[in-house]
Amino acid sequence: MAFYTSFGTVLLLLAITAPLALGFGFFAAAGSRSHIPPLKWLSNIYMAIVRGVPDIAFFLFFVIALDQGFEWMRHQVLCSDWDQPIRQGNDFIVCAAAKLPNNSAPEIIHQIYGFALAVLTFAIVFGAFAGNVLAGAFRAVPHSQIETAEAYGMTKRQTFWRIMVPQMWTYALPGLSNLWMVLIKATPLLFLLGVEDIVYWARELGGTKTARFTDYPHGDWRMYYFFGLLVFYLLFTKVSEAVLSRITRNLSHGQATAAGEKMRKAGAKA
Amino acid sequence: MSCVDTISNYAFRSIGIGERLLPRTDITVCDQVVLIGSGMLWNIYFGFLAILAGFFTAQAVALAKASPSPFARKPAEWFIFVFRGSPLFIQFFFAYFLFLSLKKAVPGLDNLTDAWLGAGIVLWLNTTAYSAEIFYGALMAIPKGDLEAADAYGFTGFKRFRRIVWPTMLRLAWPAYTNEAIFIFHSTTLVFFSGFPALKQQGDALYYASYFADKTFNPFIPYPILAGYFVLVTLCIITIFSLVGKRLNRHLPQARVKRPKFSAQVFR
Repeated sequence: MAFYTSFGTVLLLLAITAPLALGFGFFAAAGSRSHIPPLKWLSNIYMAIVRGVPDIAFFLFFVIALDQGFEWMRHQVLCSDWDQPIRQGNDFIVCAAAKLPNNSAPEIIHQIYGFALAVLTFAIVFGAFAGNVLAGAFRAVPHSQIETAEAYGMTKRQTFWRIMVPQMWTYALPGLSNLWMVLIKATPLLFLLGVEDIVYWARELGGTKTARFTDYPHGDWRMYYFFGLLVFYLLFTKVSEAVLSRITRNLSHGQATAAGEKMRKAGAKA
Repeated sequence: MSCVDTISNYAFRSIGIGERLLPRTDITVCDQVVLIGSGMLWNIYFGFLAILAGFFTAQAVALAKASPSPFARKPAEWFIFVFRGSPLFIQFFFAYFLFLSLKKAVPGLDNLTDAWLGAGIVLWLNTTAYSAEIFYGALMAIPKGDLEAADAYGFTGFKRFRRIVWPTMLRLAWPAYTNEAIFIFHSTTLVFFSGFPALKQQGDALYYASYFADKTFNPFIPYPILAGYFVLVTLCIITIFSLVGKRLNRHLPQARVKRPKFSAQVFR
């Protein structure tokens, strides 16, 4: 049963992470176009570093780093009278009140906390990729559009929000749909982050069972479980491709691009 | 123990030369730098193997996908769909269990479940599929005029392919192919986190980095070291590929180097 609900976990993660990563990416892309140097540097460094390093390294790093970061912050606020150092040799010790989640918290809270950390990690990593795509899309908006906006006396802020942002999406979509495919394929790494996802259960349930420990003894079935996962991901990719090509078609409607022009001509002929 | 000792003990630890025991207590930054660097040998080996072998097979698969005969086209399309449509991570798992049962069924295939061969095969097939799609896109993007000019000069058959189609395809595919090379290099970190076991603790850079993170419970030292190594090697890949790219484009007027027309597969 848990195996089937874990498919839900993966889908839920995708549903939450995608908009969040897009938000991160939007901020990074807007920041990289900013006229305030520190903001610009920060966004560019963020995108460059996350893209230059393998993503699992980040998945492994952020889960511990975020966890320790949160606990450290709570420690500073909640336990100001703590006099021992936090790092004692190889141990990371905070006061009991600062533990996150509390030791006494029920199991479900621990699971939700782990899931939230995973979502945040995915959003940080994929936000950098999305930021790169969106930055490229901003550059792809024809320059004459900006000049026209300036000619009409729009401020920089108005130009950005009213001219750049609405037009940028059609250029960003191929990159973003590619990114969505990548995101789907990164989800099996969830189990590295300690979330009980489909890979976790495939390993658990598929492993050798003996009559002594379970009601359903069987040999090593992991191969069949993993074959199931393979089919699941292939189907998911196929469905995503179909949906994304629809969105692309709708978005290029009426745009001054090759695809939009083709649709206009096809419409005129019919 | 000084840093020089550490280097002599652990510089080639990842391939089984040097001290047997990994450092457990009093882990210094020097230990971490040396051992993670030693693990990079595996990453470079896998990356080199996959990119080199994949370069040739990918072009064969791309040509098969572009071929008019369905007997060549259909298998190529399915191969590309399966390997691009499923996560590399699942591919590693599945392949490992497949190799395990193959090993039992057929004698003489003992090495298949070892990382150096088995994981190498998976990475090779994976990069073949991704690069085949890139090369196929480039093949479709070859300017019509080039082919007409080739016909006009009487080029036919293999000579037409060798002299006209192939160089143009490479030239158009090169930027996207550079990205693919970088990504397959980054994917090599997955090897020891999937089914493939690290024998005698001979793992790759990420294996040692997470070992140190577990032992010291401090992720802020090993992972930045790992990141530094990867950024360094990635820069090397970019340099080498851009040199090749320059050579491929050397006949063009340098101001207007042609960009590939198809939407490049920038990410995976």
